Amino acid sequence: MRNALKPIAIVAALVMSHGTAVAQSTADDIAKYREMIADGNPSELFEMEGEELWKTPRGPMKATLEKCDLGMGPGVVKGASARMPRFFKDTGRVQDLESRLLTCMQTLQGIDPKLVIDGKFNSGERKTMAALVAYVVTHSKGDKVRVDMTNPQMKELYALGERAFYYRTGPMDFSCATCHGEDGKRIRLQDLPNLTKHEGAAAGWGSWPAYRVSNSQFWTMQHRLNDCFRQQRTAEPIYASDVTIALSVYMAAKANGGEVMTPGLKR
Amino acid sequence: MNIQRRDTLKAGGGLGMLGLLVAAGLIRPELAEAAWNKGAFDAKSLDAAMAAMGAGKPAESADVQIAAPDIAENGAVVPVGVVSNLPKTEQISIMIEKNPNMLAATFDIPEGTIADVQTRVKMGQTSDIYAVVKADGKFYMSKKEVKVTLGGCGG
Amino acid sequence: MANPMRIRASAKDGVTEVRVLMSHVMETGQRKDASGALIPAHFITELTAKHNDKVVLSAQFGPSVSTNPYLAFKFKGGAKGDKVTVGWTDNKGESRADEVQIS
Repeated sequence: MRNALKPIAIVAALVMSHGTAVAQSTADDIAKYREMIADGNPSELFEMEGEELWKTPRGPMKATLEKCDLGMGPGVVKGASARMPRFFKDTGRVQDLESRLLTCMQTLQGIDPKLVIDGKFNSGERKTMAALVAYVVTHSKGDKVRVDMTNPQMKELYALGERAFYYRTGPMDFSCATCHGEDGKRIRLQDLPNLTKHEGAAAGWGSWPAYRVSNSQFWTMQHRLNDCFRQQRTAEPIYASDVTIALSVYMAAKANGGEVMTPGLKR
Repeated sequence: MNIQRRDTLKAGGGLGMLGLLVAAGLIRPELAEAAWNKGAFDAKSLDAAMAAMGAGKPAESADVQIAAPDIAENGAVVPVGVVSNLPKTEQISIMIEKNPNMLAATFDIPEGTIADVQTRVKMGQTSDIYAVVKADGKFYMSKKEVKVTLGGCGG
Repeated sequence: MANPMRIRASAKDGVTEVRVLMSHVMETGQRKDASGALIPAHFITELTAKHNDKVVLSAQFGPSVSTNPYLAFKFKGGAKGDKVTVGWTDNKGESRADEVQIS
């Protein structure tokens, strides 16, 4: 069966090297591959580490994060990340999961946010942050994206996020929209979601943070966004800065109602 | 004997983990290194690896089935499952022909365990994957090609 | 100190399915770091799984097994509440053992 099909596939490839039929069957095969590795996502290892960290007294105040309020009340993790970013009364601003965890680490544990903000990915407190994020987002898996777009501050950040999304910069004059503003774009075999539409935003926003098989790392949304800026060859944004939260608000608002599939499993 | 995961975490500074493993009967100290088939894992050719496993030139068998994708998006993680329908299957090995070291893993299947294992392997490039099964003292194999779009050994 | 494994074991129709995720770099010894120096090999070499006191699987790994290895297998028998224990050692002599109850 396989051997009989091969020559046909080769001829098809020759006739239309960019042909849609070949692209489609490749896409189907890749979809099958993704399905096969979906069970047993190594993000579970990060989730376990994060749960341990959540419950371990740390920092100058030797406290756990078990009283951390992610917007659903102190200590409530279930469903919390599905509703983020959101406006928090106590800080008077919109926070994404990571900036909110920084608040909890500072107020409950006495850990200086600068350790994360000025840190490096995959080391020190940023590594701790990634594990905590893995723990929290796992508890929204299967939920729906539900960000509150009636809140005025959320609307303000959405507008900022939209501007940032279309803002062209860097030596290549790229914006986020260059790669993520149209349907059917891809890099190599990676389909790039169109984040300006609900479907694409739900696929993208709904499946990050994620474990990346190419480097065996768990990437938070801050890490994901940072790398988009890096690929734009422009200045990297400050960790948890307003522009990063604004971009998250923009994506989450477009994704509203979509399924939360976090933690994802990515190439 | 307490080896639940939280307790093991906390036991870090105390009893060495190898000690725990030995105490738990999971590792026999005299076998801890000796059992690993260095010759087979270090082999640089399929024939040499087969020889080191005592497999010789195994016959192809339809009773050995490989579940693996036709295309792997990333060679760093290629899911491979092997099922053997041969009676008295006692061992299953997974080999990747074009990897620098062919042998990826060997599973010993005691009586009562079903000859059905799944793991994930790295592939440097498109290659045949071999499943080699030892059943009732004899070796059998089957193979399947997996195309790799991005090699999984570089980083 | 090696990180814990995630082990899931569930019994159904007289067969217990075990799925294990291990936290390990599985370094091949063939990669180079940023300065061009070879990163030494570091990988799990052996693994043993037990149902109560009976060995239900033993395995040998080479460096071709993926980082953070995944393993799934099935054995006959096993009841809710029984212990499944998995232990591994690597080429540097590090090791780890974890236990779960069958669900």
